[in-house]
Amino acid sequence: MSETLYSSGDPIADSTAPAGPIADRWTTRKFEARLVNPANKRKKKIIIIGTGLAGGAAGATLGEQGYHVIQFCFQDSPRRAHSIAAQGGINAAKNYRNDGDSVHRLFYDTVKGGDYRSRESNVHRLAEISTQIIDQCVAQGVPFAREYGGLLDNRSFGGTQVSRTFYARGQTGQQLLLGAYQALLRQVDTGTVELHARHEMLDLIVADGVARGVVVRDLISGEIKSYTADAVVLASGGYSNVYFLSTNAMGSNVTASWRAHKHGAYFANPCFTQIHPTCIPVSGEHQSKLTLMSESLRNDGRVWVPERVGDQRAPGDIPEDERDYYLERIYPAFGNLVPRDIASRAAKNVCDEGRGVGPGGLGVYLDFADAIARLGLDAVEAKYGNLFTMYERITGEDPYERPMRIYPAVHYTMGGLWVDYDLRSTIPGLFVIGEANFSDHGANRLGASALMQGLADGYFVLPTTIGDYLASGLAGEVPDVAVAEAEHRVTSMIDRLLSINGDRTVDSFHRELGHIMWEYCGMERTEEGLRKALDLIPALRAEFWERVTVPGSGADLNQSLERAGRVADFLELAELMVIDALHRTESAGGHFRAESRTEDGEARRDDQNFSYVAAWEWTGAGEPPTLHREALNFEYVHPATRSYK
Amino acid sequence: MKLTLRIWRQRGPRDNGGLVDYQVEISSDASFLEMLDVLNERLTGEGEEPVAFDHDCREGICGMCSLVIDGTPHGPEKATTTCQLHMRKFADGDTITVEPWRAKAFPVVKDLVVDRSAFDRIIQAGGYITAPTGAAPEAHSVPVPKPDADFAFQAAECIGCGACVAACPNGSAMLFTAAKITHLGLLPQGQPERYSRVADMLETHDELGFGGCTNTGECTLACPKEIPQDVIGRLNKDLLRAAKKGR
Repeated sequence: MSETLYSSGDPIADSTAPAGPIADRWTTRKFEARLVNPANKRKKKIIIIGTGLAGGAAGATLGEQGYHVIQFCFQDSPRRAHSIAAQGGINAAKNYRNDGDSVHRLFYDTVKGGDYRSRESNVHRLAEISTQIIDQCVAQGVPFAREYGGLLDNRSFGGTQVSRTFYARGQTGQQLLLGAYQALLRQVDTGTVELHARHEMLDLIVADGVARGVVVRDLISGEIKSYTADAVVLASGGYSNVYFLSTNAMGSNVTASWRAHKHGAYFANPCFTQIHPTCIPVSGEHQSKLTLMSESLRNDGRVWVPERVGDQRAPGDIPEDERDYYLERIYPAFGNLVPRDIASRAAKNVCDEGRGVGPGGLGVYLDFADAIARLGLDAVEAKYGNLFTMYERITGEDPYERPMRIYPAVHYTMGGLWVDYDLRSTIPGLFVIGEANFSDHGANRLGASALMQGLADGYFVLPTTIGDYLASGLAGEVPDVAVAEAEHRVTSMIDRLLSINGDRTVDSFHRELGHIMWEYCGMERTEEGLRKALDLIPALRAEFWERVTVPGSGADLNQSLERAGRVADFLELAELMVIDALHRTESAGGHFRAESRTEDGEARRDDQNFSYVAAWEWTGAGEPPTLHREALNFEYVHPATRSYK
Repeated sequence: MKLTLRIWRQRGPRDNGGLVDYQVEISSDASFLEMLDVLNERLTGEGEEPVAFDHDCREGICGMCSLVIDGTPHGPEKATTTCQLHMRKFADGDTITVEPWRAKAFPVVKDLVVDRSAFDRIIQAGGYITAPTGAAPEAHSVPVPKPDADFAFQAAECIGCGACVAACPNGSAMLFTAAKITHLGLLPQGQPERYSRVADMLETHDELGFGGCTNTGECTLACPKEIPQDVIGRLNKDLLRAAKKGR
């Protein structure tokens, strides 16, 4: 690929992870971290952006430790953060089933499942902390599923061979988030946490190269306000909404991360997106988002499409021998239970062949007829009834009578701001936690590990490492000029958006961008497609700044203005994602580079050339970014090919 | 399908609002909120301010969407949030009235957006278990009988949307408050603060301007998560015991 798209900079390294045996590293780091005198803690101010699992847990913990926390979320209440929608569960190496699980096995499975694109030290720490998370949440009253003996229940999830997933019906994320939210509000009541809902971070205040505060917009009054602190923590979630249609909440955005990126925080592995195979397909032009159907459905449902291209018959009219149960055919050993990336790509392939079903031909059948015949209707209803109802509500079709239609969708982003083992970004004083950072999962996240990471960062990791940073007693007064400059950047961007008065809505740009991204930087990428996207995105961005229309003013609640700022940032991020995808000429996890495949068409990883984290440095608008490589070393889990044939 | 929407428009908290009629044409596959998106796209294109409304996850779990639709919070379908309500539940040619949650404790911010921060204040007053981070006992050291765990879970499913308040003739938040009290009060971990919790949360509930509960049962009917009215009974019992114990 032509070097003009980016330049290569100095390698980057994670210098804070201790050396030595992997099982001792986190203990070592905790002991070596300096402490802040309790009397000084209340004088130390920490800003946290976001109130999801990571941010809520961090605010609750830091408040409890005695720091002065100032926390923001754009929703009307911290309880609405999108972590609330996570369904499946949270992993922990408790080995309550005595089925051979251990911290080491969870570590091993996660590094392997991440297709060797995560850091061993981080993942091991995550596995260690997983057991404490469960204890913490149970103590808070999180109502995990229990057995008749009163002990916690577990299930196996996402293809793992041990039962290590703790769950609360299909609403694990909700219950974990409410636990963190309640702990956070307890701190609000004691006065350690100052909480501002319906506020959005629009810029970072950087003084002498150190992150010292944020500029926010009060979404109700429109007022632009600045807050300064000794450290800033971003817990602002992922950026799947760059695709417009995704399983993320409508408000999820990249703005806080992106604006920090423009101040010097490196953005790592931006093209690593997790595609989930079992979402309800798009039904029409009006569609605003996609809804995930739990992966557990593939335990009993059989996936198929008509054998013949363009077969328009109703599913019930297609005889058995004219159906293609393609997962069972291609992957006889794993069948319908192949991992997410394999199932997603296979669905795309059959639809690309013209054999997809439903409106637009972008769907495959997930059929429960065999399961109903084998187990009986009641048993199927007991297992999946709530999901079937949800499906019926959204599609108007009865899945007991007619196979469900599913299609892959963008679900979770594994790229994010680069952080070291201490969760520090490349801007001193700026920490990044949860989905907003890139760190633990690598290319292909396993099920039930995102909740684990959010809570590990928020409850356990950050409260140790931020203390070490704050103990150095740095911060003095923040110069007025740094605050004024940041405020000026915010107000001039808002003024500019409001004054264009063009003829296209914000959403129309967002949809078009999403289409480009899905088409060319989705689950299958080609050099040609990515290059095309690199022509289309800058042109769309230019058009946005010429033709967008944002009605209303900046002086009150203006949802169009909120979205306009977010879409402006997505338009810039998208280009970086494409450059990252273009430079990574290997297939890793869910990211299939069509040119990098094995003889039988499967993803081919290239450890020789790509066993690194790609950390991108912003060099200015329209300028080629600089690539810094962080080499990944595997001492404990040796890279091997994953095969499901 | 072609519909007439009568939507509450209100520029700000101090303005007088009113119903304004709009015509829309929409696919019956669209969700109610997508129908409003389509209307807003058109209004924006015509240089008018779009209708402000709250929404986020659109999966029925975050509790952010609201809307009183034809007089019913979250609309006509049972156990369904507005975001999960689809237009196929309406008939071509229908006139649909769309209003914000109405309650003294939920002031209107703009159009269909109301301020529900009073709910956070109720939780703040005691809707938690005091469990410091990092020193929790091993999870299996506290078994919970399954029936208790199941009922606690049912109560914990409350999404904090406020439909119960909007449906209540008294503007009471008793179902919301009682759901949290039931969830935490059923668990062994929640016992030490059980009686101070109920007294403190109720006191805050009343201070914030929510009305008293007269057991009309509208709350449970409107609740998209079908939180049972039994939780209010539990709250009342705990409140009585709290009074006897002097908290």
